[in-house]
Amino acid sequence: MATKLKTVDAVIVGFGWTGGILAKELSATGMSVVALERGELRNPDDDYALPNIRDELRYVVRQELMQDAARDTITARNLHTQEALPMRRLGSFLPGDGVGGSGIHWSGGTWRWTDMDFKIRSNYEERYGKNFIPKDMTIQDWGITYSELEPYYDKFEKVAGVSGKSGNLNGSIQSGGNPFESTRKNEYPLPPLKDILSAKIFSDASRQMGYHPFPRPSANASQAYTNPDGSRFGACQYCGYCQRFGCEANAKGSPQLTVIPIAMKNPHFELRTHAWVTKILKDPSSKKVTGVLYTNLNTGEEFEQPASMVLLCAYAFNNVHLMLLSEIGKSYDPVSGKGIIGKNYAYDTGVGATLFLEGKNFNPFFSAGGTNHVIDDFHGNWNFDRSGPGFVGGYIVSAGNNTSLPIGYHPTPGGTPSWGSAWKEAMAKHYQTSMNISTRSGVLPNRYNYLDLDKIYKNAFGQPLMRLTFDFKENEEKLGKHGANTVNQIIATINPSKTGKASGEKRSWGFTPYQSTHNTGGTIMGTNPGNSAVNKYQQSWDFNNLFILGANVFPHNSAYQPTGLVGALAYWTADHIKNRYVKNPGLLL
Amino acid sequence: MGANVTTSNLNRRQFLKGAAIGSATIGVPFAAAAAVDDKKRFEENVVEPSAYLFLNLGEQAFIEAVVDHMVPADQWSPNGTQMGIANFIDRSLSSGWGKGERLYMQGPWKKGLPTQGYQLPLTPSQVYRTGITASNEYCMKQYQQHFAQLKANQKEEFLKGIQAGKITFSEALPSKTFFALLYDNVVEGMFSDPVYGGNRNKAGWKILGFPGAIATNGRNVEIYFDKPFHAPVFSIGDLA
Repeated sequence: MATKLKTVDAVIVGFGWTGGILAKELSATGMSVVALERGELRNPDDDYALPNIRDELRYVVRQELMQDAARDTITARNLHTQEALPMRRLGSFLPGDGVGGSGIHWSGGTWRWTDMDFKIRSNYEERYGKNFIPKDMTIQDWGITYSELEPYYDKFEKVAGVSGKSGNLNGSIQSGGNPFESTRKNEYPLPPLKDILSAKIFSDASRQMGYHPFPRPSANASQAYTNPDGSRFGACQYCGYCQRFGCEANAKGSPQLTVIPIAMKNPHFELRTHAWVTKILKDPSSKKVTGVLYTNLNTGEEFEQPASMVLLCAYAFNNVHLMLLSEIGKSYDPVSGKGIIGKNYAYDTGVGATLFLEGKNFNPFFSAGGTNHVIDDFHGNWNFDRSGPGFVGGYIVSAGNNTSLPIGYHPTPGGTPSWGSAWKEAMAKHYQTSMNISTRSGVLPNRYNYLDLDKIYKNAFGQPLMRLTFDFKENEEKLGKHGANTVNQIIATINPSKTGKASGEKRSWGFTPYQSTHNTGGTIMGTNPGNSAVNKYQQSWDFNNLFILGANVFPHNSAYQPTGLVGALAYWTADHIKNRYVKNPGLLL
Repeated sequence: MGANVTTSNLNRRQFLKGAAIGSATIGVPFAAAAAVDDKKRFEENVVEPSAYLFLNLGEQAFIEAVVDHMVPADQWSPNGTQMGIANFIDRSLSSGWGKGERLYMQGPWKKGLPTQGYQLPLTPSQVYRTGITASNEYCMKQYQQHFAQLKANQKEEFLKGIQAGKITFSEALPSKTFFALLYDNVVEGMFSDPVYGGNRNKAGWKILGFPGAIATNGRNVEIYFDKPFHAPVFSIGDLA
């Protein structure tokens, strides 16, 4: 029998970026807030310190900061007619674990998604006609607008210390920035990171071809910085150990550096680590959730934490999983198309190639998470005509080094033997003289890509694992082909001494290798309860005191990385809870 | 075995192997040689860099032969054993990772689709044990010798055969799965921090010109823009 604890105003499940933002914002109003985090509390000064943080084997290969698949993983398959099997070791994606979540080990890529994405179905139907959108592509308008989110993007960029160059400041196009971004009221809080050679070679070539390169906006502080909350950042040291590592220099915008310590100083806030939430408790008669059930992993004891509000702030997968386990909302069924929870799972993908430029010194070990240059000419550029290639969405193209550490990065030209002296010679020659160019495109949702509960495999608590059914579809193939062609043209302009070739050949998604931790959808946002799990305030339509935050609310994925939008939506939701919901609890309209 | 017999630790191990299969008269010089070696190592404060924790003698011979074949001594580096790659693999297999840490190990066990990744009920250390046995069985049948005793061209033929899955094992373990794990670990043993036993003397990092655990490149990124960067190479142990 679970021990019933004292009721609090809000319980937060999962303590990374969204949980940290909500904890800080709500506890500042005097609300009593408890955060339950299943991982541990790490102390950056000890845990992300020299020299041990400089360990590629421990953090990249052995995945120390990531979710432990032995305890909880997912099952997956490509088609709903196949048998799903457990992802026995994390591979394709790496959700973080512990206080700070994936905000510890991310690279910092921070984008502003625009109305091109938020009004995706209307935009494409209006310009290309209804038949342009494939029948099984379940895209929908989100019900939120860029102008509503603009101040919250600004807020998140300032809190996270984003370095970048605006391309559209108050309607005026700025040179050096992304001319296809939506207009911004303020410049980025910090100037762009310093150029590295691979990014510059790409920029020069793409500019020569008439494209519009710009430095990727990233939460890697280009200078020492104090954010509006007083959180202090060191300047990025281009150490080369960024993605999958905690930042030793305190230069990466991370929740454990910013919002979390502020929340933790607030007497109205309490953090409980090693607290594994197994269920959201609900009262179907009143259409309210009443709290959560969790297990203390250190003792095995079970607790009920009653709360006036429940905020799901875990990783996208885990929020959806908890909704399914708690039987809140109807599980999506791809055959009938009915049900909402688990619908519109999406991902991202891309194509790329390695170039070999004799005589260059790329020094790939001098890099940050954001030392890339990017072109948005085939994504944010609405003037780019999709009617020829026939795809919805688009792709960004980028180059630059990030975390080019030697176990994972020792490029050799095609045809090099896999071992022996010739292999060693090729690695010796090309480590310094190689660069990559790659695309990133959002996978658009498809009727048959979804999440539900597995029928066979269980986690450490005996609960069903979540089951992912996912594959790349025709739209991804078209994006891949077009993107590969663009990459190959840029390579031809650079004219390297040797090169690989980007290929857009059709392929299936697999458990390995690592692809990206940009898993979206499952509790999607929309305009009414018939097409979505949450409204634009990330509030459950069915249970109005339940808020579900994170990329799981995205009805589709974009070519932009998700965290900028995840952060902005968290601040947007926090404001609407503080200023509206608590005064008049009920459905926010 | 070529160049690697020059190191004192390996001499001792070769000697032990000799003792195990040699005549009884070898007892006295063995003890004397070991005593000399021990004294020297104590004086040099060397921490057993080439002692094994997990692999048995036959497995050690297999792994040493693999890593020396894949990473021969040449102008780029010493051979794989001298670089500590065999010790790296051995320590990995005796660590939590080798015993299945972070690996979901609940059944039922199904073969799965090629896209569904690793689905065997074996921990990495069990994959090695099974894979080495199966490899030597195949080599005995095909070449009438264990892998470690094969000629270089036979080793090449065998490794290419399991890399491509053209050689199959009688065990349930697919040869390609064993090879993929072995190959990943060889690369890890070349390039991981020396604290794990491989990349000894940073020999792997020196092949690439990777500067190791250095931290502050805020200025270097500008100063060495498209210029060769030469700096002392630091490992975790150097900075601890």
